[in-house]
Amino acid sequence: MKLLTHNFLQCHIKGVKNGYPLNIEAVKIEERDADFDPDFLRSMFKRIDWKAFLVGAQALGCAEGLPQAVSEEQLQDDGFLQKFHHALLEVCLEEGSLICPETGRRFPVVKGIPNMLLNEDEV
Amino acid sequence: MKLKELHALMQDIEPFAQPKVQLEQYPTGADIASRMLYTIESMFNDIEGNIVVDLGTGTGMLAIGAALLGSPCVVALDVDADALQVAQDNCEQFEDPLPIDFVLCDVNQLQQQQRLQADTVIMNPPFGTKMKGADMAFLQAACSLGPKQIYSLNKSSTRSHIQKAALKELGCSSAEVLAELRYNLPATMRFHKQASVDIEVDLWRFELPAAAAAAGAAAVKKMKRMTNRMMLDLPGQR
Repeated sequence: MKLLTHNFLQCHIKGVKNGYPLNIEAVKIEERDADFDPDFLRSMFKRIDWKAFLVGAQALGCAEGLPQAVSEEQLQDDGFLQKFHHALLEVCLEEGSLICPETGRRFPVVKGIPNMLLNEDEV
Repeated sequence: MKLKELHALMQDIEPFAQPKVQLEQYPTGADIASRMLYTIESMFNDIEGNIVVDLGTGTGMLAIGAALLGSPCVVALDVDADALQVAQDNCEQFEDPLPIDFVLCDVNQLQQQQRLQADTVIMNPPFGTKMKGADMAFLQAACSLGPKQIYSLNKSSTRSHIQKAALKELGCSSAEVLAELRYNLPATMRFHKQASVDIEVDLWRFELPAAAAAAGAAAVKKMKRMTNRMMLDLPGQR
């Protein structure tokens, strides 16, 4: 699972108000090459939640060079975009857990696939 | 990419090892899947550069095809962990890593995942024969992802029902059948008595309001031409 997907997921247990961003407990991380596309990255920058992205990048050890806030100039800078690209699309969580910040509920990640199924009493 | 190339690349995608009746796990064959995706991309350019969500991906057929056609990010969901393992293995058959993330989750619980937003939703949902209403639940879940457009394969016999629900209940701004296909289902379940059976399915395109203005009349014209051509050249009619 990439951080892009992590950015899209939240704890959706009934009644949970602050289920985002999910914390990550990483057991195994892998890297996979992805095509570098500056335009796609710029459009994704507008769509993702940057703070949540940084939380994920910290947990996956790929936050170096990623600033707290991103300027217009940086979005035009290849150096920054490369780092953003790598953390967003190339670093994958293979084994570990996503953890709800409110309830501590763990969503296991096995072979790169997060299990977001809820139990009956959670729906 | 040409249809032939796409079809060739998708041909080795494994179907379900042990299909589950309750989930209506009928495989989407490479024939029908490659045609569906090729149509979407060549007529509307709704795959390349788009975030694609595949609902009920099963063994990953549509998700893999979308990645091959240039989606930089495919999120593929299914409620069945076994199917997703096969899907993951199918992905790994390809030399270059495909930009697909699989997520184990229930389509009925998707409305609470408000941050998951797609440009394009693609799906081959259960027809709703074993689980009544499953087809509509998928369409509803697809709409909740706020996409610009949804493509879905549904039984032709449900056409008028789907059209009404999409336009009147789910807030779609348009609902069009792009093509009628014949879905050749080989006998995969124990209760199947014939070796294979043809089921008529529609390839639907639903638009949601924000995108309605962008789709011009040109696309509609092109669509009609393509539909005619597709009708003449269908996999199940040989």
